[in-house]
Amino acid sequence: MKVGLFVPCYIDQFYPNVAKASLKILERSGFDVEFPLDQSCCGQPMVNSGFVKEGEKVSNHFKNVFKDFDYVVGPSGSCVHHLIHHAGIGENEEEPKVFELFTFLSEHSDVPVMTKSFPHKVGFHFSCHALRGLRLGSSSELVEEPHSIVKPFLDAIPDIEWVPLENVDECCGFGGTFSVFESDVSVDMGRRRLEDHQSHGAEYIISMDSSCLMHLEGVSRKQKDGIKFLHLAELIEKVM
Amino acid sequence: MARVKHAKAAANYIHHSKNPKAQHNAASHLRKKRDREVINVPGWEHLRETASQIKMHTLSNLDKYLEEFERKATQNGVKVHWAQDGNEMNEIVYGILDQHQVPYLVKSKSMLTEECHLNDYLEKRGIDVFDTDLGERIVQLSKETPSHIVVPAMHKTREDISELFHDTMKTEKGNLDAKYLTLAARKDLREKFMNARAALTGVNFGVAETGTVTIATNEGNADLGVNKAPVQIHCMGLEKMVPRQMDLSVFLRLLGRSATGQSITTYSSHYQRPKPGGEMHIVLVDNGRSKHLGMEDFWTALKCIRCGACMNTCPVYRSGGGHSYGYTVPGPIGSIITPARDINQYDDLPFASSLCGSCSDVCPVKIDIHGQLLKWREVIVDHGIVDKSKSIPMKMGSKVLSKPSWYRFAGSIARKVMKQFPGLVSSMVKDWTRGRELPEVPKESFRSWYIKNKKKNDK
Ligand code: SF4
Repeated sequence: MKVGLFVPCYIDQFYPNVAKASLKILERSGFDVEFPLDQSCCGQPMVNSGFVKEGEKVSNHFKNVFKDFDYVVGPSGSCVHHLIHHAGIGENEEEPKVFELFTFLSEHSDVPVMTKSFPHKVGFHFSCHALRGLRLGSSSELVEEPHSIVKPFLDAIPDIEWVPLENVDECCGFGGTFSVFESDVSVDMGRRRLEDHQSHGAEYIISMDSSCLMHLEGVSRKQKDGIKFLHLAELIEKVM
Repeated sequence: MARVKHAKAAANYIHHSKNPKAQHNAASHLRKKRDREVINVPGWEHLRETASQIKMHTLSNLDKYLEEFERKATQNGVKVHWAQDGNEMNEIVYGILDQHQVPYLVKSKSMLTEECHLNDYLEKRGIDVFDTDLGERIVQLSKETPSHIVVPAMHKTREDISELFHDTMKTEKGNLDAKYLTLAARKDLREKFMNARAALTGVNFGVAETGTVTIATNEGNADLGVNKAPVQIHCMGLEKMVPRQMDLSVFLRLLGRSATGQSITTYSSHYQRPKPGGEMHIVLVDNGRSKHLGMEDFWTALKCIRCGACMNTCPVYRSGGGHSYGYTVPGPIGSIITPARDINQYDDLPFASSLCGSCSDVCPVKIDIHGQLLKWREVIVDHGIVDKSKSIPMKMGSKVLSKPSWYRFAGSIARKVMKQFPGLVSSMVKDWTRGRELPEVPKESFRSWYIKNKKKNDK
């Protein structure tokens, strides 16, 4: 089984530790992982702004780069959602199947063994594309049996205390290019999310999407509220 | 009309309005009430699906149902009128009122008449209009437009309303008691109701098989007007049609719960025929709806039953306020119906969303709202009317990102692009950094780390 590690462009540039942690978790779980160097981006920023043709160029390139892999795994619900649902990668038998990291682990492996303690109060931010796009958890609007693909991972972290939230799945306000086209609204939404987490005592905010975290952390550092941020892969790697 | 600029209007609301949290607080409260209520309805998701199917079917056969509706209503003694646009609707309503020499009109909530600016039209011709829904009355008295379709004065606080009533109705200064204020408004309107010779309402549902109109209110103000005044007029958008009376058992269960978290609105009234000696008119209004129905990617937006749930749930709406959309119907649904009406005026609205998808999940008739927002962006870009500030970065991005060699050796892509388009990137960076810090740029990218540490080990 050949696994291609897909590292979204902003993670490559700004959050290399998230990619390193993802690689380590996958290797620790026994997978043969390669990071193809020719990869660039998934094309989501273009398509989400209406530039479908531009986005197609980028996602075609993506298909090419990963064509010899059985699986493509990436630590981002948002980019993976785009690749599956908008670029249609994996529809064709020959194409590799694209997975969000934790979905892949839960379907093809076990929750990694975690032994180190993380005695902190932590809030979980479920990114919208992972939640309502990939349906990795139940969204608060729907009347359905509660389910969550990440819960087994969250529950396995030793000594962690997950704080409850007032709004469990409200958007953080990133939204890709929305964050600059509508920056005032975007920041206002971000502040509201931070306040929810902080008022419940969260020292850390964890997410499976670094894009949400980049935005939330940006707002948080500007208002100097002292909250810390980690991608779930980084957190798991820390306690493995 | 001026092109709507959502970001600017929303920023203005956030930074310069008196109560920038009012809209958020009230809308979140309604969303929470809705959640508490729908959880108790067995088969809620099934109900949504059924409603969606009924509406799809009706819209696909709209001509047939409209004709059936007209036939039945006419048989019931109702006068049915057809209006191609807002102006025709206004002319028809004015014609009826003028014929009866009516000095004023009492009007219950109708977003359609807001959309067509009926009040203005009538007042210019000497007929006063009294909005009788409390929220709409507040908005009317303060010479504003609704900020929400179910709660028109949602942007106002109790303090605002107390002040407004003091100025316009001489209520006690500083009295914030909701009951006192409501009673004052009621008393003020009571006399108007009693002497009204014509009443107008909006319509929630038109039933084809019976030729009846159904109107849901909490205040009973529509009924007070209609039952007292000899002339009753109901203005209704074409898309309000449902085939059978029993379909209401689906829609009325969804409407109150989705709108305000009530199991049903206080009054659900069904009007079928004129009262003895009276007249009943129904005005069927197109105003862009049939054109919208012909749009393959967007026609399902006409399923909307105007419950307002997508507004309540939308964090963009709650942050930027209802007025930032520059249209009678704001929020997510407003952002997908406005470009169908006028793509040049409203091309900005489909971009006023983070595409979180909450609207589509909350919508009782399962409109794929965020899917349509995205699709509209594509259409707007294809039209070539998108702002330069949005288009240049995208074209640039696709060039750089589809050529791995560029990307790979760029080191930090931001730095590279910044060199080539200093003005552009700094304006994007400026927008980012107004309320946020930039991410700290690490010493090396993952790619360089991987080349150094992993690739070497492989060999
Ligand atoms: S789009 Fe759906 S949620 Fe929004 S107002 Fe219409 S029916 Fe309600």
